[in-house]
Amino acid sequence: MNSKWGHKLTGLAILLSLTLLMFFFSILFGIAQISWESISKAIYSFDGSREQLIIRTVRFPRAMIAVFVGSSMAVAGCMMQALTRNALAGPELFGINYGAALTSVIASFILGTTSLQLFAGSSIIGAAVAGSLVFLLSSTGRQPLTSMKLVLAGSTLNLLFASLTQGILILHEQSLDTLRFWLAGSLTGRSMDLFFQIMPILLIGLICSLLMGRQLNIMNLEKEVAQGLGQQLRGTRIVCILIIVLLTGGAVALAGPIGFIGLAVPHIARLLIGNNYVWIVPYTAVLGALLLLIADIGARFVLPHQEVPVGIVTAFFGAPFLMVLAQRKGGMK
Amino acid sequence: MIIFRRTALFYIAVILILLNILLFFLNIAIGDRYIPVNEVFKVLLGREGVESNFIILELRLPRVLTGFLAGCGLALAGTILQVITRNPLASPGVIGINSGAAAAVVAIMVFVPSFSMKGLPWIAFGGAFAAATIIYIFSWRKGGMDSPARMLLMGISLSAMTGALITYLLTVGNIFRVSQASIWMAGSLYGRTWEHVWPLLPWILILFLLLLSLTRRLDMFLLDGQSALGLGLRVETWRMLFILISVGLAGSAVSMVGTIGFVGLMAPHIAMYLVGHRSLIRLPISALIGGLIVMMADLVGRTGFAPFEVPAGLITAIIGAPYMIYLLLKPRVL
Repeated sequence: MNSKWGHKLTGLAILLSLTLLMFFFSILFGIAQISWESISKAIYSFDGSREQLIIRTVRFPRAMIAVFVGSSMAVAGCMMQALTRNALAGPELFGINYGAALTSVIASFILGTTSLQLFAGSSIIGAAVAGSLVFLLSSTGRQPLTSMKLVLAGSTLNLLFASLTQGILILHEQSLDTLRFWLAGSLTGRSMDLFFQIMPILLIGLICSLLMGRQLNIMNLEKEVAQGLGQQLRGTRIVCILIIVLLTGGAVALAGPIGFIGLAVPHIARLLIGNNYVWIVPYTAVLGALLLLIADIGARFVLPHQEVPVGIVTAFFGAPFLMVLAQRKGGMK
Repeated sequence: MIIFRRTALFYIAVILILLNILLFFLNIAIGDRYIPVNEVFKVLLGREGVESNFIILELRLPRVLTGFLAGCGLALAGTILQVITRNPLASPGVIGINSGAAAAVVAIMVFVPSFSMKGLPWIAFGGAFAAATIIYIFSWRKGGMDSPARMLLMGISLSAMTGALITYLLTVGNIFRVSQASIWMAGSLYGRTWEHVWPLLPWILILFLLLLSLTRRLDMFLLDGQSALGLGLRVETWRMLFILISVGLAGSAVSMVGTIGFVGLMAPHIAMYLVGHRSLIRLPISALIGGLIVMMADLVGRTGFAPFEVPAGLITAIIGAPYMIYLLLKPRVL
């Protein structure tokens, strides 16, 4: 038993150090090359040189945002999968990402500005509304929806939100120019101020979710068994939903709708560590940060002279993953 | 009893045709500038020298015809898919055929702006075909496509992927082409001319007639797979052929009007509710309903929110999404 704990902790430590490594790589690599020394100088003896300015104002915020957005999206997906007992749950399939995008577009249409601050505030509201819609759907009706139907309901909402967004963008052409980059999901151009405004939300969500492991395990049991154990599921479910809304809303606010981290990462974590949510949640958090950092570094080098929005990179690796998953789970009732 | 059914069918068909004609005339008469119905008649009968000649013949008539044809195409494609997957929730939108076509067309619009309208149905057909092929291959198992649910899931995954591709295309193009592509994607009938009607007409008409001649084959999918095999029918071959027809219908419609969603879902349902399962009757009825839905959506989008023009695809999504969710909440589906 003890050695098992040891293994799992070592695994987590390895992943953490990989993440740290990628964090530094993310600061080092890019169009402007940066040396190791200037990183340490930028931290300890900042002298305002160009390299150090890039580190402080561009690279460091970007890497931090990747870490927080990656783990928040991943943990949110993980909790959704536990909550709906559906392997295909994730913010991108359940309409939450697009819900957040829609409210951002509406807000910028009404108020006439396209500041990232505004997107941030409104996308949290959108995530909350879309999230509660999906969960309302999943719990109404005489019997709960099958996972297949839940996925279909989510994708229907996605279609609806997407076409509403399209419709508004047509009426409001100048915001299309800024929004098309935001809608693709990107980590560039975010200021440290915005990050510090949203980070507390994500941090609270992440810490709460780490404490929820045991409850998530119980929720994954059959309903009857859980009730037999005297667990009140309703309270747990509500807390879960709140955490999911905080995490996805905050993450979308920072980076736009980045897809497939939330869907894919929990599965990878489960492959590594088994079915115990006490471990799945921390593994998911670290893996999410790691993968988004890697995707973001990749996004700088996929095409020469041009950055690809990181949301495109995650979608291209995530969507085939979803197909494999769908193929395996396709026979389910 | 049978006689009663026949007369009921007859009335349903007549009422639908009348409704279509009514909507057709309303669409021509109502707009920024109202045109009296007798003037519409005069122009349509070929009278020269009427003041509104240009508005009717060059603007409103091609627009309403494009809408009607596209609605028919989407509805027929949806009907085929619902029959061959034996799943009432299948439709070209859900299954990813529409988004495959959309991705191909957006790529062309962004990278090759000089591409001519006439070629677009082929491009869209290519995209839709690629999407359908991928879905088919991935959801195929030994002994045929046993699980329609898997096919739907593959479709959703593929839609997500093509969605990302489209988003990417929109970030690389220059803003003028991007806003054109984005208007097109929202499913708008804005500015549709004869250039859109003529390429679309043969696709819809020929495939529709082909379908009508094959209704007996299509009906065999209403049996369960075992009995169809027992009757010695090559189920898989026919399934592939029907998917191909459906791809052609949906692809050509999408190429001309963009992604107008949920028509392929709603029309077949309403048709089945009205006239039952038999494809020979259900197909034309469903096509009429599809045309009706798109014409209505365009009329509402054009006049309901003036001076803004709301794309027809947005109207169908607002009606269609709750309808789909209602279907999902009904206990017996799937």
